[in-house]
Amino acid sequence: MAGKKRILAIASGGGHFVQLLRLRPAWAGHDVAYATVHADMEAEVAPARLLTFRDVSRADWWRLPLTLWDIATILIRVRPQVIVTTGALPPLLALALAKPFGVRTLWVDSIANSEVLSGSGGHAGKVASQVVTQWPHLAQPGVDCWGSVL
Amino acid sequence: MNGVFVSVGSMMPFDRLVQAMDEWAAAHPQVPVEIQIGRGSYEPRHAKWLRLMPVADYRARVEGARLFVAHAGMGSIIAAIEAGKPLLMLPRLQAMGEHNTDHQLATAVNVGNRPGLHVAGDVDDLKARASALLADTGTPPAPIARFADPAFTDRIRAFIEA
Repeated sequence: MAGKKRILAIASGGGHFVQLLRLRPAWAGHDVAYATVHADMEAEVAPARLLTFRDVSRADWWRLPLTLWDIATILIRVRPQVIVTTGALPPLLALALAKPFGVRTLWVDSIANSEVLSGSGGHAGKVASQVVTQWPHLAQPGVDCWGSVL
Repeated sequence: MNGVFVSVGSMMPFDRLVQAMDEWAAAHPQVPVEIQIGRGSYEPRHAKWLRLMPVADYRARVEGARLFVAHAGMGSIIAAIEAGKPLLMLPRLQAMGEHNTDHQLATAVNVGNRPGLHVAGDVDDLKARASALLADTGTPPAPIARFADPAFTDRIRAFIEA
């Protein structure tokens, strides 16, 4: 297709990545690479590429350098023009690292955050081009609601 | 397997759920119970168990089970809805070190109110509901499409192509 873009679709494991997979029609026809923590998701996204990173959360913050290294490597390999993520902390690092390079980035806060935005989602406004919540009652200035994965 | 499949997700341990369903398995030896225990330290003595299976096997287990029991995580909830399988969930609690916030309680209230999704308040309630649901699984979750509403993905596409 004309104007094909390089997309990085990235999310942590578990429900974050399951939500990302439900958004696939959004980038159909573009040149997409996926990134998550479990390599066995490769079969789910084939023929697209799957790259993996080592996970980190606030509970095991000391793993941060490993994750940062993996995320930086993924960004160099994919050279995305657009990044879309459904969370959590490692993709937030990807958005922060990509920001100086003018990459368009979309943070879709997890549907699991139904009463307040996620911890990472609260910070995403500082680094993402656009932040969206999946719950209409959580929409606020700077955080739109475009719909939900369910 | 036509029995009970239990999963606590891949990210964090949830021994309270694993132990409760292992005890339930001990009390119901005629029902096959299989538990994916993730990073937990409690190893079941009565139920069949494993740490983490490939996602294709996981999906097949959810589809094949009579009842699916899990934490109130979105991966489990979406798997149950996509498979049209009743789900009994026990939310992780921050106070018990089971997650870093209490968002699973909110998920149980705001997402768990769909038909076919059931929420247990504690382990005794969980065991009682597992027995009741196995006797009568009630209405399964309404089937949903494989992808999110096109109105949502179209807006993301517009963002990507802008």
